[in-house]
Amino acid sequence: MEPKIGVYVCHCGSNIAGTVDVEQVAEYARSLPAVEIARDYKFMCSDPGQDLIKNDIREFGINRVVVASCSPQMHEPTFRHVLQESGLNPYFFEMANIREHCSWVTEDREKATEKAKALVSAAVRRVYYHQALEANEVPINPNTLIVGGGIAGIQAALEIADSEHKVYLVERDPSIGGHMIQLDKTFPTLDCSACILTPKMSLVGAHPYIELMTYSEVEEVSGFIGNFKVKIRKKARYVDEDKCNGCGVCQEKCPWTADSEFDVGLAKRKAIYTPFAQAVPNIPVIDKEHCAYFLKGKCRACEKFCERDAINFEQVDQFVEIEVGNIILTTGYKLFDPTPLTQYGYGRLDNVLTSLEFERLVNAVGPTNGKISLKDGTEPKSVAIIHCVGSRDANYHEYCSRVCCMYSMKFAHLVSEHIPEATVYEFYIDIRSAGKGFEEFYNRVLKEGTTFFRGRPGEVTNVAETPEEKGKLVVQFEDTLVGRQRRIPVDMVILSCGLEPQQDAEEVARLFSVSRSADGFFLEKHPKLDPVATMTDGVFVAGCCQSPKDIPDTVAQASAAAARVLALISKGKVEIEAATAVIDEEKCSGCRICNLLCPYSAISFVEDKKVSRVNEALCKGCGTCVAACPSSAITQKHFTAEQIMAELEGILV
Amino acid sequence: MSWEPKIVGFLCNWCSYRGADLAGTARMKCSPNVRTIRVMCSGRVEPTFILKAFQLGADGVLVLGCHPGDCHYTEGNYKTLRRMSLLKKMLAQLGVEEERVRLDWVSASEGDHFVSIVNDMTEKVRALGPFRQNSEEEKHG
Ligand SMILES: Cc1cc2nc3c(=O)[nH]c(=O)nc-3n(C[C@H](O)[C@H](O)[C@H](O)COP(=O)(O)OP(=O)(O)OC[C@H]3O[C@@H](n4cnc5c(N)ncnc54)[C@H](O)[C@@H]3O)c2cc1C
Ligand code: FES
Repeated sequence: MEPKIGVYVCHCGSNIAGTVDVEQVAEYARSLPAVEIARDYKFMCSDPGQDLIKNDIREFGINRVVVASCSPQMHEPTFRHVLQESGLNPYFFEMANIREHCSWVTEDREKATEKAKALVSAAVRRVYYHQALEANEVPINPNTLIVGGGIAGIQAALEIADSEHKVYLVERDPSIGGHMIQLDKTFPTLDCSACILTPKMSLVGAHPYIELMTYSEVEEVSGFIGNFKVKIRKKARYVDEDKCNGCGVCQEKCPWTADSEFDVGLAKRKAIYTPFAQAVPNIPVIDKEHCAYFLKGKCRACEKFCERDAINFEQVDQFVEIEVGNIILTTGYKLFDPTPLTQYGYGRLDNVLTSLEFERLVNAVGPTNGKISLKDGTEPKSVAIIHCVGSRDANYHEYCSRVCCMYSMKFAHLVSEHIPEATVYEFYIDIRSAGKGFEEFYNRVLKEGTTFFRGRPGEVTNVAETPEEKGKLVVQFEDTLVGRQRRIPVDMVILSCGLEPQQDAEEVARLFSVSRSADGFFLEKHPKLDPVATMTDGVFVAGCCQSPKDIPDTVAQASAAAARVLALISKGKVEIEAATAVIDEEKCSGCRICNLLCPYSAISFVEDKKVSRVNEALCKGCGTCVAACPSSAITQKHFTAEQIMAELEGILV
Repeated sequence: MSWEPKIVGFLCNWCSYRGADLAGTARMKCSPNVRTIRVMCSGRVEPTFILKAFQLGADGVLVLGCHPGDCHYTEGNYKTLRRMSLLKKMLAQLGVEEERVRLDWVSASEGDHFVSIVNDMTEKVRALGPFRQNSEEEKHG
């Protein structure tokens, strides 16, 4: 059938039309070969936009469609569906990306319009050569990998496992729990964090459908939605997981200590340790960096006292390969380190704490058994809480970390509860208490007598200017409500540090082929409509690895990610691109270059015919063999040389 | 309009095309001279595509793939790397300036890196001026 091309140039509101002269582009398209109709329209992806295409197919016999709008990553499926609904093969479609690659990266109207024309001309010439193809279906492996065992990972794992589908939960620390297990109470309801989390942790540990791999990290990922292959490194614990019963004798007997990560350095732990009492699994690890045997060659106290022979100094890292259909990333956040803000004296002045340190300090099972105490063991009579440390600050993070206002007010409440006579000052820029029960909590803390000062402190100092300031920490700030500089002497300062991406977020993003937004957090597929998927099909995100958020939002997002995975599992299959390679046996010289080149061993040699043949079920459609074939005997469907050459011709008009 | 370099960019679907998309989504400004052609993997880029691009009037060709080790198809980009170094030698013999052809790596999260490559390449090609053969053809005819 002679190609009759319809071209549709989208305004995308002003997103495209603000920079590109869309009418001129449509006008230009009309002059291109085989173009029957060219229109421009406000929103091509809207129902009326889609109807335009459907009508033209019906009325004018359009049989090839070009939409010039956003990235094909966004709406290619939408428009292919439109073709399908109109009885056309969905592959008779091509998209020209005149938004992400054009109107959004330049303000020069003339150049943007020129470029848009070139992209449209390329798409038109390409679509001319498109062929009808059938999409391949691949089965979805019903197993799921979840990376990160904080509340997000725990929640998602339980949701999926409860539907009796297997979950591999990989956590790099010795126990699951994440940051939430370090917290004391949780705003705004003040439930005890461990009390609500540990039951879920136990469920994970005992769940028949969850294979928990702690002290483990993902090393390699290959494959695609439905069929990922993942290699996991299980770091040597030097403790045999099958033998250990978690009695704890080894930890008692170990004479060596190190700073406890769980207590953020406020307490010590042993060289063989479980991070906290309710650790899941309740199996210790030996920290090689601090173990006398590893450092000096003798000790082995733990081994001597272990009744079950579970200590094994010979253990080495193990590698496990698993196959999963979907992956959820729940790797969480890192607390902003306030050391660079030298004006606040963190690390230099006693009794200046980070928020996480305070969480441990106020915790009943923390290093002080819940006693809020100063370095000298006495109770503070006055506490300053400084908001937005590292957040809303052009020098560090521009974004608001969303939880700090609320946890700061939680601290005010906890101080008043523990030390009723203490005075608490909150130094804030704006109070952000948007959330169910949050504003009410703010009012409650106000009523409890906390003083709120509006202004970001310039300095925390121990240099006294008056007798009252002697021996105190002085918070110097501009009270922006009265418009003057003030100095407030206190005993303790808590820095409400922001949440930032994990240190290795970049590598993890790369490993799983996900993008990151400018702030460094993982990028969701769509900021509004698809906040749990990513650009890589089959890889989802939840919790603070996607952006700072509180526990309720984390849990909601984790459940959403689990639901998305379950939907795929329940459908059991997914359509993937039909862009596989085929070999023209007439042209094949039987040189076998392609056989070795294929990373999937999808090409084999047919001995009796002396030609190579592609197994389409194995071919992933990269096209590497096509480019390498010296006889030009291989074509990649939907990326044929003819199509790409035509595109080239069009793009260089 | 004064002369503007025309550069064809072959971008792999998984990393570099998305990196380019991200540059747009984040509204980073970049020179509009690179016109993109999407391939599934940089390994699909045939040397003839590049030769053809020059023949058709390109002043430069940019090939972008995933970072080594990150190719969506494991090792397509290594094949590209080998192929491109051969091609570059050949082009050098034909007298094509080295800066007119560039192979580089951009991940899906490196919108800024994409922008800097595009801007850098555009400036280098601009400095070289129109591709010789093209301008000669124009002269002849
Ligand atoms: C001081 C403070 C107080 C807070 N108080 C409250 C409160 O009262 N109420 C409230 O709702 N919220 C509060 N929050 C916010 C709360 O901590 C988060 O909402 C929640 O912890 C997010 O959970 P998550 O699972 O996304 O991340 P995380 O808790 O950070 O968990 C991530 C997990 O992934 C693991 N991980 C990371 N990278 C890898 C990797 N590459 N491989 C394997 N594992 C990995 C980590 O070890 C960790 O276990 C507070 C935050 C702070 C800092
Ligand atoms: S998919 Fe990007 S280079 Fe292979």
